[in-house]
Amino acid sequence: MVTKKEIKQAVFVALWFMVLTFPIMVIKVNTIKHIVIFRWSHLFWIGIGTFFASLTWNYFLRRKEEKQKAETSDDVPLVHRLLQNDRFRIPFLVVLAIFFLFYPFVFSMYHTSIMISALVYVMLGLGLNIVVGLAGLLDLGYVAFYCVGAYAYALLNLHFGVNFWLALPISAALGFLFGTLLGYPVLRLRGDYLAIVTLGFGEIIRIIMENWDAFSNGPRGISNIPPPSFFGIDLGQHGTVIYIYFIVTGLVLMTIFFVSRLENSRLGRSWIAMRDDDIACQAMGIDKVKTKLTAFALGATWASIGGVVFAAKTSYINPMSFTIMESITILCVVVIGGMGSAIGVIAGALVLILLPEYLRAVAEYRMLVFGALQVIVMVFKPEGLIKSVRKTYEFKKVEE
Amino acid sequence: MEPILNVKNLTMTFGGLKAIDNVDIAIEQGQIAALIGPNGAGKTTFFNCITGIYQPTTGKVDITPPGKSTQSLRGLKTNQVTERGLARTFQNIRLFQGMTVLENVMIGRHCRMNAGVFGALMRPKSQKNEEKEATYASYEILEKIGLEQYVNEMAVNLPYGAQRRLEIARALATDPFLLLLDEPAAGMNPQETKELDDLIIWLRDNENLSILLIEHDMKLVMSLSDRIHVVDYGKKIAEGTPEEVKNNPDVIKAYLGDDADDA
Repeated sequence: MVTKKEIKQAVFVALWFMVLTFPIMVIKVNTIKHIVIFRWSHLFWIGIGTFFASLTWNYFLRRKEEKQKAETSDDVPLVHRLLQNDRFRIPFLVVLAIFFLFYPFVFSMYHTSIMISALVYVMLGLGLNIVVGLAGLLDLGYVAFYCVGAYAYALLNLHFGVNFWLALPISAALGFLFGTLLGYPVLRLRGDYLAIVTLGFGEIIRIIMENWDAFSNGPRGISNIPPPSFFGIDLGQHGTVIYIYFIVTGLVLMTIFFVSRLENSRLGRSWIAMRDDDIACQAMGIDKVKTKLTAFALGATWASIGGVVFAAKTSYINPMSFTIMESITILCVVVIGGMGSAIGVIAGALVLILLPEYLRAVAEYRMLVFGALQVIVMVFKPEGLIKSVRKTYEFKKVEE
Repeated sequence: MEPILNVKNLTMTFGGLKAIDNVDIAIEQGQIAALIGPNGAGKTTFFNCITGIYQPTTGKVDITPPGKSTQSLRGLKTNQVTERGLARTFQNIRLFQGMTVLENVMIGRHCRMNAGVFGALMRPKSQKNEEKEATYASYEILEKIGLEQYVNEMAVNLPYGAQRRLEIARALATDPFLLLLDEPAAGMNPQETKELDDLIIWLRDNENLSILLIEHDMKLVMSLSDRIHVVDYGKKIAEGTPEEVKNNPDVIKAYLGDDADDA
């Protein structure tokens, strides 16, 4: 039930919003006729709207708190339950596989194209998840490695005619190298300090690309980057998009496979240990330098691979594609999806990248709705859409 | 025989403060030694200096692992010290919260394992066997410590006493020859302290371990220790058997103040 206090609060919220939005929602200046129009009906609707919004907000907050009190043991998200249950796992995965297999043939080229973007972000998210989610190192300059990958392919192709398939491993190696290079100076840093330095690094790479004209063509960027070749056959525009779609899907599957293996290994354990307690992990004989560097380097490797795919897909890159906003989007994918949770990151990428596209239906409000949804997720699901349920070693003693 | 840990003239200064001032401590194989002293005497700093968390200002820290030659620990990083066979626990429990009990112990096995990035990605047979070996070794350690019923629990959900024991289990997993325990009985009830007492003696007798512990519980220290080292204001003021230390006037002065009679 709604309490008196909540109604009172809702009234205040409504009044506050009416005052706050008065200049933009009510006053309209017609600059041609030099008159001011007061749209009082807007004020009324704002009041009513925020009043009920406040009530529902409070209702859901209360329900969440009650639920938390009722359940002391942490509940496992639905997807994890589906995947753990043998009866549902196979059909669930089959349906998923069929969906992704037929997606580009059922939907239009536009839909396939935005799905490719979303899948690139899945890769980026999973890569960043190693650094942020597992190793607990807040990296705000992740886009730098994405940039390295994209430019590596573009420039190698421009100067040496290196094709997509050869550029993939070369860029991955370059990403690994750059990840290590960034890792070294920030070895001693943690938390906020680390975030600032990585932020700077991300900007440095972009600014270099923007200003070193002779090397990177500056802000004009590099155009005519060829799409991946299919044994030299011309697939046409639509065919190429579908082809890239399958390449990305394959790369995403590979990423999921490798990242989950990393997570459940000696290395993954040491990352989590470092995240949980820096000093204790060293006292247990874990080399912090090595552990931190591998986390950075492996995260960067996937960003680089993502960069190559991005360059091949758009066929044109310039430094503006690699701004700080991009780093933040990738971080949002990880945080909103669920830190440390691979399934969460996948869901996060799909929601965060596809949603703004499909919200075009609500045209000018789309970014508003998008922002509001992010806030709502963080308030009601602070652990992310699908929270991390780490596969722990279920130890069962075998009688011999 | 060489002492397994030989610390000579160890000094650690923080700015103008001498936290440790010219301390000598030697520990023999199979010994249970205690390091005691009033609060702020520099006991934990001493541990941190030996284990490489701090780099001491001057002094010598040598170890002679059983059956091996003498080597210096000066300049080594914390993880390298652990690899040489010194394992420690912490005054305030520092378990890995997001991990199960078994995984906490497996982290201790880390420095005795080899798998790297390649091993993690490709999972060759050697890596699988290594994981399996580590899992079983960790479980065995839990059995020894008496924590096997919690094996799959999250470490953070354990009762306090069990968390303290888990820290010891985790330290044991690194295959040490010398165990450094920083206030292992802090916050324990008498029953738990008694169990800890038995455990430490059992470890010495059955695991071929030597132990150096910092402890405030005098009953525990007096009953356990073969040798006690007393520090105050960073200086070593006494050393000896529990009997000798108990009757040392300097020790009584450090603990009770100058005018013990008036108190």
